[in-house]
Amino acid sequence: MNVNPSEAARELPRVMPVVAPSPWRPYWIEAKYETLRALRMPGFALPFLILPAGLYLLFAVVLFGTIKDPKAALQIFTGFAVFGVMGPGVFGFGMFVALEREQGLLTLKRALPAPPAAYLLAKMVMALLFSVIVMVSLIAAGLFAGLTLNVWQWLQIGLIDVAGALPFCALGLFVGVRASGKSAPAYANLIFQPMIYLSGLFYPLPRAIQWIPFGSPAYYLEQLAANAAGLPTRVPALVSVTVLVAVTLGLTWLALRRLARAG
Amino acid sequence: MTPTTMNAEPLAELSAASKRFGPTVALDRLDLAVRSGELFALLGPNGAGKSTAISLLLGLLEPDSGAARLFGRSPRLVAARRGIGVMMQEAALAPELRVREQIELAASYYPAPDPTAAVLELTHLTPLAERPYAKLSGGQKRQVQFAVAVCGRPRLLFLDEPTVGMDLQARESMWATLRRLVAGGTAIVLTTHYLEEAEALASRVAVLAKGRLVASGTVDELRALVVRKQISCATRLTAEEVAAWPAVAGATRQQRHLRVTTDHAEEVVRRLLDADDALRELEVHRAGLAEAFTELTKETVK
Repeated sequence: MNVNPSEAARELPRVMPVVAPSPWRPYWIEAKYETLRALRMPGFALPFLILPAGLYLLFAVVLFGTIKDPKAALQIFTGFAVFGVMGPGVFGFGMFVALEREQGLLTLKRALPAPPAAYLLAKMVMALLFSVIVMVSLIAAGLFAGLTLNVWQWLQIGLIDVAGALPFCALGLFVGVRASGKSAPAYANLIFQPMIYLSGLFYPLPRAIQWIPFGSPAYYLEQLAANAAGLPTRVPALVSVTVLVAVTLGLTWLALRRLARAG
Repeated sequence: MTPTTMNAEPLAELSAASKRFGPTVALDRLDLAVRSGELFALLGPNGAGKSTAISLLLGLLEPDSGAARLFGRSPRLVAARRGIGVMMQEAALAPELRVREQIELAASYYPAPDPTAAVLELTHLTPLAERPYAKLSGGQKRQVQFAVAVCGRPRLLFLDEPTVGMDLQARESMWATLRRLVAGGTAIVLTTHYLEEAEALASRVAVLAKGRLVASGTVDELRALVVRKQISCATRLTAEEVAAWPAVAGATRQQRHLRVTTDHAEEVVRRLLDADDALRELEVHRAGLAEAFTELTKETVK
């Protein structure tokens, strides 16, 4: 056999793609379009992006404008921050996954060569981006309301609450893989509403039911943010982090197992 | 490996694949192979196992026993599925995304997709490129789903009822596109309820019933499998009377005409003419794919 090496080298590139596409491209495109979709849905984008800062300003500035206790004012802020990052996660996953499962979009993506994780990661990126917008608007509102924290504290609260959207994404996913498209919003609300009111986010609960928040991830997130804001807390930061990580991983694991079995 | 053996290797294959759902046997040791360059139509009544067979080939389900392979690998592997395009009957794409965006998103899953503009052109969607999916008609949505299926330049295309909801013109244009794709070397697996669609397009047809393969071959081979013929005539004889004759499989009256189904057309025609001097408008039909299909699937159900 007599092969001229330079000839072989010339032949080789023809069978290879000229430019290998980046393996990250489908993840990036999926996340971009998932976020675009959420922004194009006024019924989703408007309440979750505008309500947290809007309601905070209404309560903290307009209604309780006379609050002189800086600690109470901060407490209200940390409560609203948790409320703000919960929505995109619980509803973004809970409603959309249920609906898309039912309408066959998820099945189609599983049949197409979409990277298996791209679909859920895209939803997560969307929820995190929404949380970033919520936190930026809330911090701006907090500064407007006259809260006095240093830059490091603001940054810490912002990062804690944005990352704190993850357990709520997991909670939403857990609902989304079980509920039908029609019942998912009801189930998501069934979790969302009591969690807001029974986690002691905005006001102290009566002594008899003060144990309830210990069962709510929202409470642990609020405790973490309160810790960063220098407020007194009932739960050590390490415990809060452990609970939130455990909730996120546990619910995600249960949801993925269900998704793999039932589709 | 020489090019010849590479071509002979099936692109998609089920070998002795079985699948149960509870007590129901959806597939019973099914063997299927799809080779390059063919348009393979998978037919069968509802519940015959068509969607289960396709789901196994797409990696959406795993066989209880036997094997499913795409390009010689497990269909569960993303790398194996990079060679296929899929259009499903029950798949709503994201309503908020525009047509161009749907194609761009699906194309991102493939290593060497066609440029979006070319896909829009091929599927006649260029004028609708910027329209949100939610604002399209049923037929236009099917066109977008088709564009999503072909954008990655797949070697093998799975199309489930691709022309449902399309008007006649759109259907004709889709058929032309499918013929072009096959001529260009793409293999297609088509499931359809429109037998004329299979008759017009398929190079090979497989008929499933009760999870088993009852027949497979070209359209002509399948029609030839069915010896049964239809006799139609205007006669005073009643359907009950004729149905009782030994060679007759069935007889029904449709207004003036008596329709008789039989495996022995000559014998029955002779007897009909003997029994009624005034018999007129005699016609004998050979089975079309539709009749062949009905016969083939009926016999298994018995």
